[in-house]
Amino acid sequence: MNAKFAPLLIVAGLFFLCFQAVRGPEPAAAPAAAEDRSPNSSPQAAEQITAWFETRWQTAGLTPAEPADELLVLRRLALALMGTLPSLEEIRQFEADQEPQRLERWTARYLRDRRFADYFAERLARCFVGSENGAFIIFRRDRFVSWLSAELQKNTPYDELVRTIVAGRGLWTGEPQSNFVTAAYANEDLDENKLAARSVRAFLGQSMDCAQCHDHPFANWKQQQFEGIAAQFSAVEVGPLGVHDGRREPFKVQDRKTLEDREVAAAVPFQNEWLSGAGTQREQFAAWLTHPENRHFERAIANRVWGLMFGRPYVTPVDDMPNPPDAAHRDVLDLLAEDFRAHDCSLKRMIEVIAASRPFRLQSRHAIDGERLDDSADPDRQAEMARAAADQITALHDEWAIFPLTRLRPEQVIGSMLQASSIQTIDQNSHLFTRAQRFFRERDFVNAYGDLGDQELVEQTGTIPQALLRMNSDMTRDAVKADLFAASSRVARMCPSPKDVIETAYLICLTRRPQAEELAWFEDASGKSSEGGSETVVEDLFWTLFNAEEFSWNH
Amino acid sequence: MTERNRREILQAAAGLGLSFLLPALELKAAEQRGAERPKSLLILWMAGGPSQLETWDPHPGSKTGGPVKALPTRIPGAQIADLYPRVAEQIGELNLIRSLISREGDHERGTVFMKTGYRPDPVLTFPAVSAIAAYKLPVPGLEIPAHVSLGDGQLPARGGFLGATHDAFRIYEPGRQITNMKPLVSDDRQQRRLDSLQVVSRAFTQGRRIQSANTLHQLTVERALQMMNSEQLKAFDIGSEPAEVRQAYGDSRFGRGCLVARRLIEAGVRSIEVTLSGWDSHASNYEGHRTQAEILDPAFATLIQELKSRDLLQSTVVLCIGEFGRTPNINPLEGRDHWPKWFSCVVGGGGLTQGRVIGETDPDGAADAKDPIEVQDLYATILKMLGINYAEEFQTSIGRPIAFSKGTPIERLMS
Repeated sequence: MNAKFAPLLIVAGLFFLCFQAVRGPEPAAAPAAAEDRSPNSSPQAAEQITAWFETRWQTAGLTPAEPADELLVLRRLALALMGTLPSLEEIRQFEADQEPQRLERWTARYLRDRRFADYFAERLARCFVGSENGAFIIFRRDRFVSWLSAELQKNTPYDELVRTIVAGRGLWTGEPQSNFVTAAYANEDLDENKLAARSVRAFLGQSMDCAQCHDHPFANWKQQQFEGIAAQFSAVEVGPLGVHDGRREPFKVQDRKTLEDREVAAAVPFQNEWLSGAGTQREQFAAWLTHPENRHFERAIANRVWGLMFGRPYVTPVDDMPNPPDAAHRDVLDLLAEDFRAHDCSLKRMIEVIAASRPFRLQSRHAIDGERLDDSADPDRQAEMARAAADQITALHDEWAIFPLTRLRPEQVIGSMLQASSIQTIDQNSHLFTRAQRFFRERDFVNAYGDLGDQELVEQTGTIPQALLRMNSDMTRDAVKADLFAASSRVARMCPSPKDVIETAYLICLTRRPQAEELAWFEDASGKSSEGGSETVVEDLFWTLFNAEEFSWNH
Repeated sequence: MTERNRREILQAAAGLGLSFLLPALELKAAEQRGAERPKSLLILWMAGGPSQLETWDPHPGSKTGGPVKALPTRIPGAQIADLYPRVAEQIGELNLIRSLISREGDHERGTVFMKTGYRPDPVLTFPAVSAIAAYKLPVPGLEIPAHVSLGDGQLPARGGFLGATHDAFRIYEPGRQITNMKPLVSDDRQQRRLDSLQVVSRAFTQGRRIQSANTLHQLTVERALQMMNSEQLKAFDIGSEPAEVRQAYGDSRFGRGCLVARRLIEAGVRSIEVTLSGWDSHASNYEGHRTQAEILDPAFATLIQELKSRDLLQSTVVLCIGEFGRTPNINPLEGRDHWPKWFSCVVGGGGLTQGRVIGETDPDGAADAKDPIEVQDLYATILKMLGINYAEEFQTSIGRPIAFSKGTPIERLMS
């Protein structure tokens, strides 16, 4: 092939691909991969979860929301598992897929996608090693995240993963799990207290940070227990050869009252018999943390995964959970945990179970909220009715009988914007330039939008700088601009009619088709446009959809 | 939604919406002067950790002194580094603390501690003292943010557990065009876009009216639009300032920031932070500090002078502080390293006393500083001067009540 024609051919090829995607479902163009048809054993477990909730709804006299449209559930899945919207390419394939258990197969497909491992690794890393880059010389967060991503991709049993992290040895570069320890290096010293607090928070979902200085005011943590856990890390040394367990000196803490040092022995707050009795002190402690009977451990991860799926953990806050309930009051976290243990502590399996359960597939709207108040009623009566409706929505929300509205994380917003400005799926197979562009834009955007730091799964409202950034920034300008390869211009050029343009833009940005009123509005607008022709109309349409509440909130 | 969530939403709404829901009748407030005027807080943040020895606590001729010389000031008996001749003329209006102590010697941790008065906690993000001031004292009629951070600070003041709505509004290049404030398209087209947005929102809120109201999304967008169209945005523009005034502050990002800060104070903005980076002098400490002083000296001095001449100093608490000080010992690279054990800050205005010097350090850098001052005590003092109950506990989302400051006001600075 003559080299000078190569770029032209590539461009032509790209156009062909875009055209295919924009044009809509062609049955032959969307074969589900053979592995997507693999049988899935999770539905039974999901049914158990569903049954548990249904009993509760019945007891409380609640009518749950209607089931959500499957395409909307696909959007939730893509956002939760990969931090981005489904691409138009994926939407077309999904719609063409008419085999049974479509959502189950697509969940499995996303879980196999490298984007899942990368995104989940970043989210989990925030609680394992924090969000800051820390002391570069001995702490390599990037290495930790890529290592974690590879482990998630392999679906390494979670208990094994945690043991490797807690007891990790070696250099922060070659043995990235050891960054768990070096992340606790501050003020030129290894902070055992930080390691103790983080272990309990990340792996048991409980906060005992305040027990460093005094007993926890309302949980059962005592200062002495905190010190005992901190002493589990007393043998850790950080040297030129990395992290190892060679220190022999006894662990000492300064008594807050007498200001004198006193020795503290390694201890655990409950169930001493779970300590393995073999290996280093950290290995024994890791065995205790992940012990098959440790309900704190399994409930903590179930609550966190639930939170990552819904944007809101089952128990709030995610890292200060109460002690597990007694046998008579076992809840959904126990059900999930039981299935998790029975399936080799598989995170992917737990995600599949949650994704197939009824609460995940409910609408975020409810008939109660839509009822029109009688305008003729007196104002007091109207206010009373409004309050009653709000109370009912609150009750539905508390019992997971309606899907919660939660703010997307900055990474999800920009990931979605970038995905929506492309037609094809942006993944590891994308062109290097596209991926690099995504990386830099994502980083800049997250900085400007306001990173949430280590705080995960905290309910947040939006901010004014975020609104300004979405409306007026260069990033938005680039994302809606109708240039050669942008989705907006391709949609404008490839779709045969204004109706097709509008529908396609809605699918790309909001993963749904427009309602009649919306369609009429935009069709009318495209007829009236005097400035710049159809591309202007499409740019305006993309801008509007990017700025809609629907775009930056999970629903 | 639990009772607590509802309260959080209301708190967020207070920070976002209330000030613009209230009638804009406070134009007069911006014209008020003297002690009657509502108070503002202005923090000059010295990012990187300035050396106390080359700023407000020089010890020339001692083992630790380095090449710096001392200069008498308007505070009898108090000398500062000779790199600050103009500040020396103005510092009599303010006070010097030379025995501030911290326990955090890392930039990030030190910054969190010194901005909030609380050591970093992985479970909770504490609000900066400036965020607390803006949160507790909403400004009626203000259409621009009540909490602003000017300059290139890497770790601007945050709202922490008060919510992201109380994060400082960041302006990287003060005095230049503010980014993201102009619509991307013509007015007509923008209006069409906004009309279309209404149509999409209407479709979304069907059956989600209550859930959607709780997100405050609509309100945030309205507030952003109001700000884009506000006359008050002019406070960010220094184009109308006489050339000699701009020159007096210095043509640096920090100098422009200080001038914008004065204009924001006049517009009624509650809390402003202006950052000057570049203090992390592990090598060539003296030269580094000399360069920094060329920026800080004119800006800081002009700011005090102008606040005084415009009768704004009595209503503005001014604090010049960084995350820690620097080692008394000079290292082999002629640098000084991080030193949280004792360091200096300048504080005054807003009704605080004048001309006090607190603390004394050992010229040889061996003994601990006399009369140590904890940062939480400094913040209790400032909050009290602003009229805020510093000991009030805020019910955080994790159920832990946290006092705005756990310190005790420093009486000597208040009477």
